[in-house]
Amino acid sequence: MKDTVEIRWHGRGGQGAKTAALLLADVAFKTGKYVQGFPEYGPERMGAPITAYNRISSEPITVHSNIYEPDYVVVVDESLLESIDVTKGLSKDGAVIINSEHTKEELLPMLHGYEGKVYTVDAKAISIKALGKNYPNSPMLAATVAVSKVMDHDAFLNEMKASFEHKFAKKPEVIDGNMQALEMALNEV
Amino acid sequence: MAIRERLSGNEAVAYAIKQINPDVMPAFPITPSTEIPQYVATYIANGEIDTEFIHVESEHSAMSATIGASAAGARALTATSSCGMALMWEELYVAASDRLPIVLALVNRALSGPININADHSDSMGARDSGWIQIYAESNQEVYDNFIQAFPIAENANVHLPVMVCQDGFITSHGVENILLVEDEKVKAFVGEYEPEHYLLNPNEKMAVGPYAVSNYYMETKRAQREAMIAAKQVILDVAKKFEEMTGRKYAFFEEYRMEDAEYAVVIIGSAAGTCKAAIEHIRNTTGKKVGLVKIRVFRPFPEEEIAKALSKVKAIAIMDRSEMFSATGGPLGAEVRAALYQAKCNAEVVNYLYGLGGRDITTDDFETVYANLEKMAQTHEPIGMYEYIGLRTEQAKEAE
Repeated sequence: MKDTVEIRWHGRGGQGAKTAALLLADVAFKTGKYVQGFPEYGPERMGAPITAYNRISSEPITVHSNIYEPDYVVVVDESLLESIDVTKGLSKDGAVIINSEHTKEELLPMLHGYEGKVYTVDAKAISIKALGKNYPNSPMLAATVAVSKVMDHDAFLNEMKASFEHKFAKKPEVIDGNMQALEMALNEV
Repeated sequence: MAIRERLSGNEAVAYAIKQINPDVMPAFPITPSTEIPQYVATYIANGEIDTEFIHVESEHSAMSATIGASAAGARALTATSSCGMALMWEELYVAASDRLPIVLALVNRALSGPININADHSDSMGARDSGWIQIYAESNQEVYDNFIQAFPIAENANVHLPVMVCQDGFITSHGVENILLVEDEKVKAFVGEYEPEHYLLNPNEKMAVGPYAVSNYYMETKRAQREAMIAAKQVILDVAKKFEEMTGRKYAFFEEYRMEDAEYAVVIIGSAAGTCKAAIEHIRNTTGKKVGLVKIRVFRPFPEEEIAKALSKVKAIAIMDRSEMFSATGGPLGAEVRAALYQAKCNAEVVNYLYGLGGRDITTDDFETVYANLEKMAQTHEPIGMYEYIGLRTEQAKEAE
């Protein structure tokens, strides 16, 4: 693994891409890493394209710029593929992870000749199956951990469980569904 | 043992406020500083602190109420950004000339127009003549540490001046990073109880605050403010020393990074200094070129002689400003550092770059360009220009590079 793993998230306002980036920073922090999680702020409105970033390292991080040559790109909303070159600057040794019910072969023509690995995960289907609602960010977070290997699966699941237990202290019934969504995504991607 | 955490810059400032538990916080929301009063209001609602939060109808009122509370004898603070600070303008001068030890959490953001919510130093740089001490931060850790040091500086009997604790909007205010927090009891002991020497609610000492003073007193008042600014220099260093004893983290007027043998130096303020450090490491590791950085922490009072000394051995200097001042000759940091270098009879080549206006990103590649330009200037002795742009989208900028 490189000293610093850099991840760029593409989503639409309201889908939780920023939250997922902050959650990833959170769990990586808990496994002892130095982390950054930050959104790029522009006009904020539901449905507008948004970008968020992560740096994860075993050394302190001082850089405060956006990420132009990421190791991994996560696309929370596949409709963005039509308007944004999501793989711009993406390392050939890295990967793009796309929330889609389509296969990798079907998506390739929209990836501007990207030569690295392409992963798809049907986060919507997973979320609806596990939670009954479309919350794509948790499955995408799990898929990102699985592909980037920034931490091992058990450590990730343990930290997420603790986090959900805290976050949903008054709604314990949703914890199992959320955990199931993570596990399904870890296995599917 | 320090507490290992990960917080955004706004969370870090709010946490410091919680640990200090000040008496009064009047505030009005404005992006990107809104979260600070929001978190503090939550602490108050949860009964974690007993700060009196005053809901005001504007930033003009926020600073007015802060001044009133401080003059009455309370430890008072507020938070704002950009146009919010612009609306406080009149009161900024009143707070300083009334010698009130107020602390302002400023999250730097561009002034309008065009309307822009992103990082830019035009708000605080415009207020550089208001009589406030200004302390800037590179990271979330630094803004937290600076905030804890602010009241002991402001309230020192030799100072009695308000302090602005600045951080870059969104870049640090909304970015989550690792941070080491100091334990509550240590922060409380460090900041101490506020015991004002003179205050309006003291029945044994009748006094007026902010009275009319025409030509027979005004000038002496300004001289007294200047004396306080001069005295603040030693107090800032003393407080930093005490902070270092508590945390091991060292602070001064500025940070000298890889300056011990540097031939080419950047002078900069704020979060971009961290990006510059990464560029320095890369340049030194790949080329061995001797590049360094002077990161300004305290801009008011301005450490003129100290900066000139830190830059006395370099061949070329890039002073980098994140705000315009439309003198048509350079930015505010550029003008002041140039003046310092002139007084010290420095012969280095100097260029003043404007960068990052309105949140325009600056990268390690940009800093590599800056250092390459400095090397060129040192060889040809031909200045690249009084002031230039980094990251500007024009043909002209491409030629300059």
